[in-house]
Amino acid sequence: MSEYLFLVPLLPFFGFLVNGLLLGRLPKSVISAVACGTVGISFILSILLFFELKGLPPGARVIEQVLFTWIPSGDMLHTNVGYLLDPLSAVMILVVSGVGFLIHVYSVGYMGHDASYGRFFTYMNLFTFSMLTLVLADNFLFMFVGWEGVGLCSYLLIGFWHERKSASDAGKKAFIVNRIGDFGFLIGIFLIFWNVGSLDFRVVMERAPEVFVFGGGLITATCILLFVGAIGKSAQIPLYVWLPDAMEGPTPVSALIHAATMVTAGVYMIARTNLLYMMAPDALLVVAVIGALTAIYAATIGLAQNDIKRVLAYSTVSQLGYMFLACGVASFTAGIFHLMTHAFFKALLFLGAGSVIHAMANEQDMRRMGGLRKYMPATFWTFLFATLAISGIPGFSGFFSKDEILWKSFSSGHGHWLFWVIGFVTAGLTAFYMFRLLYLTFYGKERMEESTRSHLHESPRSMTVPLVVLAVLSLIGGWVGIPHILGGTNYFEGWMEPVVSGGHAAASQALASGGGDAGMEVTLMVVSVALVLAAIFGAYTFYNKRPELATAWRSRLSGVHHLLVNKYFVDEIYGTILVRPVVYFSLFLWKVFDVVFIDGFINGVASVYSDISETVRTAQTGRVRTYATVFLLGVVVILAYFIWI
Amino acid sequence: MVPVSAYLIVAIVLFGIGTIGVLISRNVIIIFMSVELMLNAANLVLIAFSRALNVVDGHVFVFLVLCVAAAEAAVGLAIIITLYRNRDTVNIDRFDLLKW
Repeated sequence: MSEYLFLVPLLPFFGFLVNGLLLGRLPKSVISAVACGTVGISFILSILLFFELKGLPPGARVIEQVLFTWIPSGDMLHTNVGYLLDPLSAVMILVVSGVGFLIHVYSVGYMGHDASYGRFFTYMNLFTFSMLTLVLADNFLFMFVGWEGVGLCSYLLIGFWHERKSASDAGKKAFIVNRIGDFGFLIGIFLIFWNVGSLDFRVVMERAPEVFVFGGGLITATCILLFVGAIGKSAQIPLYVWLPDAMEGPTPVSALIHAATMVTAGVYMIARTNLLYMMAPDALLVVAVIGALTAIYAATIGLAQNDIKRVLAYSTVSQLGYMFLACGVASFTAGIFHLMTHAFFKALLFLGAGSVIHAMANEQDMRRMGGLRKYMPATFWTFLFATLAISGIPGFSGFFSKDEILWKSFSSGHGHWLFWVIGFVTAGLTAFYMFRLLYLTFYGKERMEESTRSHLHESPRSMTVPLVVLAVLSLIGGWVGIPHILGGTNYFEGWMEPVVSGGHAAASQALASGGGDAGMEVTLMVVSVALVLAAIFGAYTFYNKRPELATAWRSRLSGVHHLLVNKYFVDEIYGTILVRPVVYFSLFLWKVFDVVFIDGFINGVASVYSDISETVRTAQTGRVRTYATVFLLGVVVILAYFIWI
Repeated sequence: MVPVSAYLIVAIVLFGIGTIGVLISRNVIIIFMSVELMLNAANLVLIAFSRALNVVDGHVFVFLVLCVAAAEAAVGLAIIITLYRNRDTVNIDRFDLLKW
């Protein structure tokens, strides 16, 4: 089985080639069969590989397949095109191909009427290939190929409806902001290569303890630079600005790329290099602080947004902050666990939102929705499941992963009670804005126009089936990681242990030092659940029972509301202090340096020659007798020269 | 026996007439004839020296030139006829398009 590992990423690439090369020549049924089929087979292969991996003893759960040497350069640089399957990448390929497959199926219905149907699936397959390459690569450089590949596909898919200026602008914004992060990531890779002399993950992890000094400046700088890459790709402060704008893309794209998979690449990368981070406590602290700040910051913006997809976008940024908080307190398992459950419920939320938008004839403003529950029951129920999961209602997947993060941020050796408080408040905010969204969309008065209302319909089967599957996953997805304290067996932690043994050791150490904290863990759990319930009740009061209260509070807190609606004016601030100077400098280079200096020099040289020839060419009169006379004079002169001189 | 210098004087006179004809006449046919005159002045010089030095090289040369001149006359006259057909004139001053 393991010799087929390379097929997992290559199958979607095959789909990309077929759909891309025969663009516009295939009927829609063939396009969707190729696109969904290749990803589906990838998913089946991933499951088979997962079980093969599971059959190995825990310490030996590594399958590596090197296809060929990519860059053989001297003794130092020897980069392979190779795939590495270990417990971490196994989880990732299951999530990517599984959720990816569901979203591909969903897109068949959602994009059914789009003129660029084939182009859409071409990009989607290319994305799936790049993402699988990213998570399966066995060295930094090959991972970077996937990293850039997903960035490219993200750009292409955000700007999918490129005839809309806002969409193409959003695509460019995403690409450019990601470039800033990639810059740091690349320098991090250089530093690793420079110091370790290899880019292979396993070699780097093996040699890192000998090469780097624990907590030294070099390892800290390397980790922070790698994290800069993660900040860009995973939309953390200060580079998160591209993600809300990325909602210009088709909704399945938002679900797959900007919620479930690509944006989690940063979390994956940190989990992959967790050994390096364990050697740099300061870098871990940076990760945790950025993650915690992003979590609460984005959640507050989510409170006041009216566009259904923007709320979900800020929610994604906030949840990604959670994952980084988990990584930052050296609980990489919890981060990946939340990554997985988040992929389920956030993909479901986006697909549900897509279903709503589809029915509402592309209306995204929640103020013009309401009462959709009875028109689209399947969408409503699945959406409810996802909302309960993200809010952290006990029993749903989000509860277990979020609780794990909250507990680890409190109890881990790298944790702090302040991190817990931030995570705790964020959990309340999350529940509040998610139920606000739910009530505004599915309950209450029907605020849409009559023409829209008469067309309200449940989405086709190809869209609702993925919703139901994801709803089931949102419920049971967390059951693999039920904490010991609730009488469960934390399978997920055991599964991930070989990959994060360093982190696990530290975490268990911290647990051992505070062994009597079992009561504390339960208390914190109960407190956070209580807060979530209170937040849900608050949202119910404000947005369902007594909507006039929401209006009253909005006017009472108009200053704060204004700030939140405008997203803390961060886009404006960036525009003024960063974008505008760059634009003006570019204008200077264009209008002054290029046009005046460079063009002036070139044109000056040319005009000198043209002026000279302008004068000289008048000698060519075209009169034969003039030529003959000059000819004769020339002969006379030459003869005279030879005779007398 | 006629001295070589006499032949040379005739040749120079012929060549001068030809040159002046080329420079001052407007008619293309006249110019063409003047060019032939210059050519034959050169032939005369060749023959004269060939005779005086008693070698046949000059004769051979002159035959060659006469052959070429005959061919060239055919081509030249054909060009002049074509010019006349196209422009209805053989005035050389009207053919000044190839300038600047």
